[in-house]
Amino acid sequence: MIPDTKKPWSGRINTVTIGATPAEGGTRATTVTIGGSGTLPYLAFDGPTSPAVAAMEVWDVYPQDWPDMLKEAFGDAMKDPASWAKACCAMGADVICLRLAGCHPDRGDRSPQQAAEAVKQVLQAVSVPLIILGSGNAEKDNDVFPAVAEAAAGENCLIGTITEKNYKTLTAVCTAYKHKVIAESPCDVNIAKQVNILAQDMGFPVENIVLYATTAALGYGLEYIYSVMERARLAGLKGDKMLAQPMLCDVGLEVWAVKEARVSEAEIPEWGAQSHRAPLWEAATAAVYLVSGGDLVILRHPEALRAVKRSVLELSGTPVAAATV
Amino acid sequence: MGIILIGERINGSFKDVGKAIQEKNKAVIREWVSKQAAPGANYLDVNMGAASRSVDDFAWLVETVAEATTLPLSLDCNRLDMFSTGLKTYRNTVGPDRPVIINSTTAEDSKLVPLLEMAAEYKAWILGLVMDDTGSPQDVDRRIELGGKILAAAMDAGLTPDQIILDPIVMPVKFMQDQARNVLLAVQQLATLSDPPPHISIGLSNVASKTEQKKLINRTFLVMAMAMGVDTAIVNVCDEELMQAIATAEILLGNEIYSDAYLKAYRQR
Repeated sequence: MIPDTKKPWSGRINTVTIGATPAEGGTRATTVTIGGSGTLPYLAFDGPTSPAVAAMEVWDVYPQDWPDMLKEAFGDAMKDPASWAKACCAMGADVICLRLAGCHPDRGDRSPQQAAEAVKQVLQAVSVPLIILGSGNAEKDNDVFPAVAEAAAGENCLIGTITEKNYKTLTAVCTAYKHKVIAESPCDVNIAKQVNILAQDMGFPVENIVLYATTAALGYGLEYIYSVMERARLAGLKGDKMLAQPMLCDVGLEVWAVKEARVSEAEIPEWGAQSHRAPLWEAATAAVYLVSGGDLVILRHPEALRAVKRSVLELSGTPVAAATV
Repeated sequence: MGIILIGERINGSFKDVGKAIQEKNKAVIREWVSKQAAPGANYLDVNMGAASRSVDDFAWLVETVAEATTLPLSLDCNRLDMFSTGLKTYRNTVGPDRPVIINSTTAEDSKLVPLLEMAAEYKAWILGLVMDDTGSPQDVDRRIELGGKILAAAMDAGLTPDQIILDPIVMPVKFMQDQARNVLLAVQQLATLSDPPPHISIGLSNVASKTEQKKLINRTFLVMAMAMGVDTAIVNVCDEELMQAIATAEILLGNEIYSDAYLKAYRQR
């Protein structure tokens, strides 16, 4: 007798909802829920899947060093975070990601109050859920996070990041003001698990964490991140609660730092038009992460957003001709 | 992924539990339910030991444990009438879906056949000891032969390998020192009997019986057995050092992903 060798997954990826409607104590018109997969990405025949969600990134300050073609995509809207966020929503962003880049000591050193003001402006300007990222300077972010979390109280934002070395402040304020947390680990599944345990040790539910294994652009070590995300997802599906988090990919940040996106056609003619190449690099990078378990991707260019939303629909088996993207 | 731990403590051979069975004291039983659930028991063994031979007492014990937890139970006795009543009581208490283990059958047809019928009727897993009416085998080959018989009969009865647990029978190292190694070799071979393999379980505490280093011998043997393929064990989950050894073995075998706080992660799994 030949036994049935199909093995069901014993675990399931957590769902994390971002945003709160007025009924839930916030002011968002919509909320977004990521995660919930019961099998590997987009294998709908094998179990429940969870289509990824695309967020667009805005800054609290004008992004002086972004490539011109990226700035041109938004024009004057970039002058302030509120109008920039509105433009992103008009382009189809499901979530806005506000990066408090201007709070970095080397990029304006804006105060916690200014950061909180930027958060309020964006929350007033758009009705979609909000991701809030720090400046990347751990010490400064610890000053900024309490003010920001308080300014967004009730809105159920996703705020990041906590790391193995710096997790107490953000974990505490997200507990106090009921936000979700992004747990960052440097391309290392062991540390990814460790950060989650540390947050849980502070009484923060691991069900409210989104895992960020860092991101690499296509051609810049993307395979390593892919493998780490894959290992984390397999462990989560096998029942490891400390790795059963939905996963975030900060795609725009990485892609728009590499020459394949930044260099103009005039500089390297054989690479072709930057206007085509750069968003394609961003979309292709994101597409790889979709199939490694990415549940939430942060993007910068509207063309990349369209392409990624289309990829998600195609991977989910939705006929794209019928889709409104 | 990960070893299935069956908590051994609700056993009438322990004085406090035996007394609780005789006095129908639910509080004592409930306390052992939560004490074993906290460190991470996956199943709770329910055994009257020598405390009572009454079927009604067993039904009381099964109901008392089942209503106090969401964990599945391992019904541990050696009489068909007790299994029949115990399984009926269990299903009446928890409904049709919660797993349950019949612990245990042997390879003798007079037990194996009716218990497999009960396994089908009550949707239960079966734990088979690799022994028969001639007693417990001393060598590896006889263990495999009897394990194969139980596995084949259980699969013929409609169970899948993941619903079948084979137990190679652990002997006290103090009295039968060569049997520890034979058990380990048998574990390795039992795991090759089918693909996917059946579960392989050991009743751990027997190995250290009457020794002066019970805990050390227990945890050392369990780790060795896990390396050979044991994925189920009836143990004292309240033994902190044993649980830490298990957590470490899971890491070293690659069953769990390492993190610096892996002991904590294992406790909270």
